[in-house]
Amino acid sequence: MYRYTDFDDAFLRERNRQFRGQVERRIDGSLTEDEFKPLRLMNGLYLQLHAYMLRVAIPYGTVSSAQMRQLAVIAERWDKGYGHFTTRQNIQFNWPKLRNVPDMLDALAEVGLHAIQTSGNTVRNVTADHFAAAAEDEIEDPRPYAELLRQWSTDHPEFQFLPRKFKIAITGSSNDRAVTKAHDIGLRMVRRGDETGFEVIVGGGLGRTPMIGKVVRDFLPKADLLPYVEAILAVYNLLGRRDNKYKARIKITVHEEGLERIRELVEAEFARIRQAYTGANQALLADIAQSFAPPVWQAKPVAAYEEARRDPVFRAWADTNLTAHKQGDHAIVTISLKAHGATPGDATADQMRVMADLADEYGYGELRISHEQNVVLPHVARADLPALHARLQQAGLGTANIGLLSDIIACPGMDYCALATARSIPVAQEIATRFEELKLEHEIGPLKIKISGCINACGHHHVGHIGILGLDRAGVENYQITLGGDGTEDAAIGERAGPGFAYDEIVPALERLLLAYLDIREGEEETFLMAYRRLGVAPFKAALYPAEAKRDAA
Amino acid sequence: MSRAFKPKVVTANDLLSGEAVYQTEADTWSPLHSQAELLTDEADAQLRLLHAQGQPDRVVGPYLADAEPGADGPEPVHFREAFRTRGPSNYAHGKQETAQS
Repeated sequence: MYRYTDFDDAFLRERNRQFRGQVERRIDGSLTEDEFKPLRLMNGLYLQLHAYMLRVAIPYGTVSSAQMRQLAVIAERWDKGYGHFTTRQNIQFNWPKLRNVPDMLDALAEVGLHAIQTSGNTVRNVTADHFAAAAEDEIEDPRPYAELLRQWSTDHPEFQFLPRKFKIAITGSSNDRAVTKAHDIGLRMVRRGDETGFEVIVGGGLGRTPMIGKVVRDFLPKADLLPYVEAILAVYNLLGRRDNKYKARIKITVHEEGLERIRELVEAEFARIRQAYTGANQALLADIAQSFAPPVWQAKPVAAYEEARRDPVFRAWADTNLTAHKQGDHAIVTISLKAHGATPGDATADQMRVMADLADEYGYGELRISHEQNVVLPHVARADLPALHARLQQAGLGTANIGLLSDIIACPGMDYCALATARSIPVAQEIATRFEELKLEHEIGPLKIKISGCINACGHHHVGHIGILGLDRAGVENYQITLGGDGTEDAAIGERAGPGFAYDEIVPALERLLLAYLDIREGEEETFLMAYRRLGVAPFKAALYPAEAKRDAA
Repeated sequence: MSRAFKPKVVTANDLLSGEAVYQTEADTWSPLHSQAELLTDEADAQLRLLHAQGQPDRVVGPYLADAEPGADGPEPVHFREAFRTRGPSNYAHGKQETAQS
């Protein structure tokens, strides 16, 4: 893992010292809210419906056991004993007091964490494949490049006042687990002959105008990553619209100017600035890469794992929550933060400590946060899985549902967020609880339900196999359903099924929809998404709107 | 003809805690919606909002929210404002917590 240098430590100390002064000046009245707001946002501090919220960056989703323990300390000392992991691999604390935030930031700095650029019109936390350095299908660990981008973009003077926020995602695998096509820039590592480089995707995004990103460069040599990304940002910084917040993201710039024009401008800017990159960034990259060297794998016999699979509870968990590791005798463990009826993405301080301890005992001290709001132990010897599973169960972390119906992404919605138009969390809770009662989720199989509480789409509803969007319709919560979205390398935006449902109608609607799917699928092998692609929207629409279907048939 | 004015309360977030607060007739800020001053006159509502905006050392982002008279004082009209009087629905945090203790 990357460890802060003296330069990083000094930078963060100074930044936190400045913010402490800014908070003091806000409280003593020297700064107005208008003056203070951009300063607090730059440091990740929002004001929500019921309280302040501090959003802490977890760079490319990688967190050490020591950092996780410190997050637990912060949750207990300055919040309400829990934290909320988000779809951007961040953690949010929902109840900080303004006076305490500088102390929280100092506590974060002690373990090399911060909240810089988790808000504002800047380059946000660079997200990455949460299975990086462990996945079987990986060309190369993308995180050294993500760290390089982070160092380059943090406090970058040219890019502190972009037209709008800017999100970069990176993956080193052909299976896209980082939703690269729904980011302002998506970077996918690819091979060309003996050389590896990046496919550069630009102009993806969700929100009110969902767009799948377009390939602006099909092969970029790795050494050219920074000048090329800088060229894209420079072009966007000048061309991006500042007259209309809703048209300010680069996806609109690409859409309005056309991909060809953007490519020409980016290539011209790239050719111009590339000369200034004389190799220092590559020397830095080489240093960074060293800190991401894989652990010394501990070979252990897998017999204990095979034996444990005779226990049906363990087997169910192993079948859903494990992913193949590049070391055959290891596995990637996804710890579900989606116990049925719980808030997706929330972990208590005690659970954070358990996960940190387990990472130390069985996982080489490393954890990941996935954009699907779960925690990952990327490297665990299969021999240790039975013991690990037992400990997870004791801590309420043993839910066997990864990739299934109840593994729902949900934004905080109107339970916390000032921008939300409806609640998301209780909808997720009720869906999971209902299908647990029905005991149907294993039969239904792989399914991604994603819920957003407003058009900004933090819950990624556009790329859910079933997407749910909460809106305010004449003063009442109303939920629209989209079908057929996909956040993988085959990215697709879901189609709206029809009129929205009232709060108490949404779970029954989903029940009708999924029972219909079970009826019409060709067999267990045909997932919901496959059935949707084969049959189109019609049979699903008929299940969602039985009265209309009956009328049409009459 | 302009539409009839809907009664309002002045609400904001407390500067230090971020909690939802309401302006009272006595010119204080209360965490309880029921203690808010119900403003039935549009010009008066604007004046009271200006008064709130003059207290940046106490509250953040004051605005007028629709409200209606209730048995124990003003009640919120919109569900967003109703949530602000309670707290989140997934945990008994926020004002629900205070109400229990």
